[in-house]
Amino acid sequence: MMTQGIWPAVLGRFDWHALPFVRAWENPTASEIIGAGAALLVIIGAVVVVVLITRLGKWRYLWSEWLTSLDHKKIGIMYIVLAFVMLSRALIEAVLIRMQQAAAIDNAGFIAPDHFAQLFSTHGSIMIFFMAMPFLVGLINYVMPLQIGSRDVAFPLLNSISLWLTGGAAGLMMVSLVIGEFSTGGWSGYPPYTELAFSPGVGPDYWIWAVTLGSIGSTLTGINFAVTVYKMRCPGMYLMRMPLFVWTSLCTSILMIFAMPALTVATALLALDRYLGFHFFTNDLGGNMMNYANLFWLFGHPEVYILILPAFGVYSEVVSTFSTKQLYGYTSLVLATMAIALLSFTVWVHHFFTMGQNADINAVFGIATMTIGVPTGVKIYDWIWTMFRGQVRFTVPMLYSLAFMMTFVLGGFTGILLAFPPLDYLVHNTLFLVAHFHNMLIPGLLYGMLAGYHYWFPKAFGFRLNEKWGRISFACWVVGFYIAFMPLYVLGAAGVARRTQGMFDPIFRPWFYLAGVGALILVAALGALFVQLWVSIRERDANGVFAGDPWDGRGLEWSTSAPPPEYNYACIPRVHGRDPFFDAKRRDDPYAPPASYDAIELPKSSMTGPMIGVVGAATAFGLVWHMWWLTIIGVLAIIATVIARSFARHVHQIFPPDEVKRTERRWLRAVAEATPTSREVEMTSVNQGVAEVSS
Amino acid sequence: MSGPNDSKRDEIRSYAIGYCVALALTGAAFAAVHWPSFASTTTLAIVLGLAVVQTVVHFRFFLHISLRKSARDDLQLILFSMLIVILMVSGTLVILFNLRARMM
Amino acid sequence: MSANEIKHAGLNLGDTDELTHGQAGSAVFGFWVFLMSDAVIFALLFATYGVMLPATVGGPTPASEYKILSAFLETLTLLTSSFTFGMVSVAMKHGASRRQLLSWMGVTLVLGAAFLGMELHDFTTMFGDGAYPTRSGYLSSFFALVPLHGLHVFFGSVWIIVMMVQVMTFGLDARVKINILRLSLFWHFLDIVWIAIFSVVYLQGLIR
Ligand code: HEM
Ligand SMILES: [Cu+2]
Repeated sequence: MMTQGIWPAVLGRFDWHALPFVRAWENPTASEIIGAGAALLVIIGAVVVVVLITRLGKWRYLWSEWLTSLDHKKIGIMYIVLAFVMLSRALIEAVLIRMQQAAAIDNAGFIAPDHFAQLFSTHGSIMIFFMAMPFLVGLINYVMPLQIGSRDVAFPLLNSISLWLTGGAAGLMMVSLVIGEFSTGGWSGYPPYTELAFSPGVGPDYWIWAVTLGSIGSTLTGINFAVTVYKMRCPGMYLMRMPLFVWTSLCTSILMIFAMPALTVATALLALDRYLGFHFFTNDLGGNMMNYANLFWLFGHPEVYILILPAFGVYSEVVSTFSTKQLYGYTSLVLATMAIALLSFTVWVHHFFTMGQNADINAVFGIATMTIGVPTGVKIYDWIWTMFRGQVRFTVPMLYSLAFMMTFVLGGFTGILLAFPPLDYLVHNTLFLVAHFHNMLIPGLLYGMLAGYHYWFPKAFGFRLNEKWGRISFACWVVGFYIAFMPLYVLGAAGVARRTQGMFDPIFRPWFYLAGVGALILVAALGALFVQLWVSIRERDANGVFAGDPWDGRGLEWSTSAPPPEYNYACIPRVHGRDPFFDAKRRDDPYAPPASYDAIELPKSSMTGPMIGVVGAATAFGLVWHMWWLTIIGVLAIIATVIARSFARHVHQIFPPDEVKRTERRWLRAVAEATPTSREVEMTSVNQGVAEVSS
Repeated sequence: MSGPNDSKRDEIRSYAIGYCVALALTGAAFAAVHWPSFASTTTLAIVLGLAVVQTVVHFRFFLHISLRKSARDDLQLILFSMLIVILMVSGTLVILFNLRARMM
Repeated sequence: MSANEIKHAGLNLGDTDELTHGQAGSAVFGFWVFLMSDAVIFALLFATYGVMLPATVGGPTPASEYKILSAFLETLTLLTSSFTFGMVSVAMKHGASRRQLLSWMGVTLVLGAAFLGMELHDFTTMFGDGAYPTRSGYLSSFFALVPLHGLHVFFGSVWIIVMMVQVMTFGLDARVKINILRLSLFWHFLDIVWIAIFSVVYLQGLIR
């Protein structure tokens, strides 16, 4: 029916079997029903959101205040919302993988091999590109401009475009659940398996275009952040006075600028192979698939530091604040960060020690890999010394920091093992590796992002998160992690390959059961996080910190109201040291109003970002399904949008001095009325966001 | 201090010098290949050497990258980029040629 | 902060338009960072070209396909266009008449188009010889690298047209000036990439 007349030109290679419902109807196995259920969930979710917004009459508000906003704070929040949505999906997929492997010992299990392969591919791709990246980019977006005393990032419009490219790519991932199927080639998409000869379907194309859109967004973000840090610092904020989170943001941005292009090249060349019959990575006519592994990991290794460095920054802030002590070894932390960033470009071969290059090359890269342990170790010592004899408080962010330090060191040890080529030959591609990188990424990324979320949430929304549920969630994340992943070290050392849909040896069963229980505890952890958010919103009036400084903060970000006004600072601050706000509180009155206020100019909202993101995703969808008309229209529309935007003038809005004055007055009155809180009771509702200062 | 008119003359001169030197270098590279007079590896070394010099010329005269203190950001960025590019390109060539040799 | 301070790569506007110069710092620097990121893409395509050079699979080889004269002419055209873009920048900076500015832009555009025409002609000749990208790994890598540069030149030309229209509609306001500064970096950058292509691809392929 759809192969006749004009249908092929319109619908490309779409046919009814692309819909999981049809597949489940014709072949009602557990695996297909789960697929259809997931698709249904996406549709219901989308419908519920749309209905809810319509019922509340919030479309206009959403559009003009959020979706088109160029305010770095709102963009940051939207990134983090996206990260949480994608985290939920990827975590559910992880549980399904775990359940299948627990069930499928000498038994087919309940998920078909092809579906299983899609699960680990989406889980990995989403966790890296659409959970971790948006989370850290969102956090940097929110915090970094505040910390350097700026009113926005260097290129606010570009910021919105990056957000929407990332969002469009994440949308494409969601669409792949409902229309068609996803890649079965893992998060790294190695050819020749992902070439047309072996994967003729739409799966790898979804992967290619989602990842490409996301990586373009990340490159642009990196440029934006790097220029912001270089050019937008307030007077007195010399490089060596910047908060550590700004330093790690800068290094992460530099890694994005130079590493993401390698991914773009790898996916683009793979696309040329698949779409135009080129021979970069094919088996025949001179293709060289080893070059793909090389290009992919030229990006892939720096990528793990893109993920981990911002978390290091968060820990530096959190440990110092909740120990009421200056960060120990500031200079060494900065140098260690730079060393890690540079070294991360020199170790990529450790991901393919077994590919066949000679032992000398492997040795060089093995040694380079082990070297990274040194600056990382320096950091751990610095954090420990920061706590030493400090007034340490075990708040939720601090708990995450402590769990990180212990767990991350463990993962680091297994990393040193893997850096040793002969040993890597034994456990390459086993669950040992899976255990290792989760052991790095869960403490080194997820805990860090969650610590940052708890730490800066009061700044962003004006009230603290509930402590009790925070602790419950924390306990689940930590316990769940150990139970879910320690067994994988055992299994991997015993030789169980990763990405395996079924096993035969019953001796593995207890370990897989254990890991399955761990995964369920991790789901509980995420659930507790959502409960916490719900509870905190309900009791927000009791926990308000509008005055803006709930933790006796040290950096500039705590010196404005919570949430900060759109322009961040009524007057651009001037700093005199590394902990400007902390020192100002001890030296003089940091809340003294200025003699007068000036008008403030900020960028107006723009629909360019949403346009480019949505049209970009549609273009990619057209490419996936070979709907060439859609692709052509999409590309032309993007070019037209960019050109049209370059003709726009009057792109700024002005906040008149009176309005600024009114806003500031209201805040300063709240500061004056609040009772200063001592550190002992900062976790109770006594805390109104003004710190008691004893000096 | 120089006024706008001096700077205009200087700027035009800078572009003109850059143009002439670039033409000379390109011409030399072209000649080295078109009328071969050295062994092929020597010729290749000459061509690549001339290309490097010409790149520097373009940076200096067309992109106005200088060693002056206030422009260090750009210079540092270029040097860092070159470092990364050299790491990536030389690493790729070494690894993949090694693999190739071992498969022959 | 003096007006003559150098804030970014390319021509600086400090001594003729201090106001725009103030804004240009981060705007142009940001674009420069983007170009460095783009340079990594080209570098990796060069590396891939190096890797795939031996993979001719019995098909066309560099020596059989490259035409040195036409590559040399293309190089001369691009070099000249870099010089004429330099004149665009000077004209823009020193308040030359709109006609003079637009004519330098027009000349650059014509040179860019001439370059694209010659390159396209090269490619069709190669296709005619049976040297098309699906033939071998080597040709795949050639046709990823060289046409990508051409695509950049094409978009640079479109950008020149857009800027000519903007000069006519807005005159030289700060945003137009900043965008011409960025465009100049783009254009000169493409020239450097071409020098690499000329040397590493064409000349190397033709050394006997
Ligand atoms: C939070 C709980 C998590 C659980 C329970 C979990 C579980 C799993 C499981 C079962 C696999 C498949 C192992 C196999 O190949 O047999 C996997 C793979 C993977 N996970 Fe996770 N994961 C979690 C979090 C994360 C996070 C936070 C990240 C990254 C930021 C991540 C990144 C990956 C990647 C990249 C893969 C490899 C996918 C592939 O084989 O292509 N995971 N995970
Ligand atoms: Cu690595």
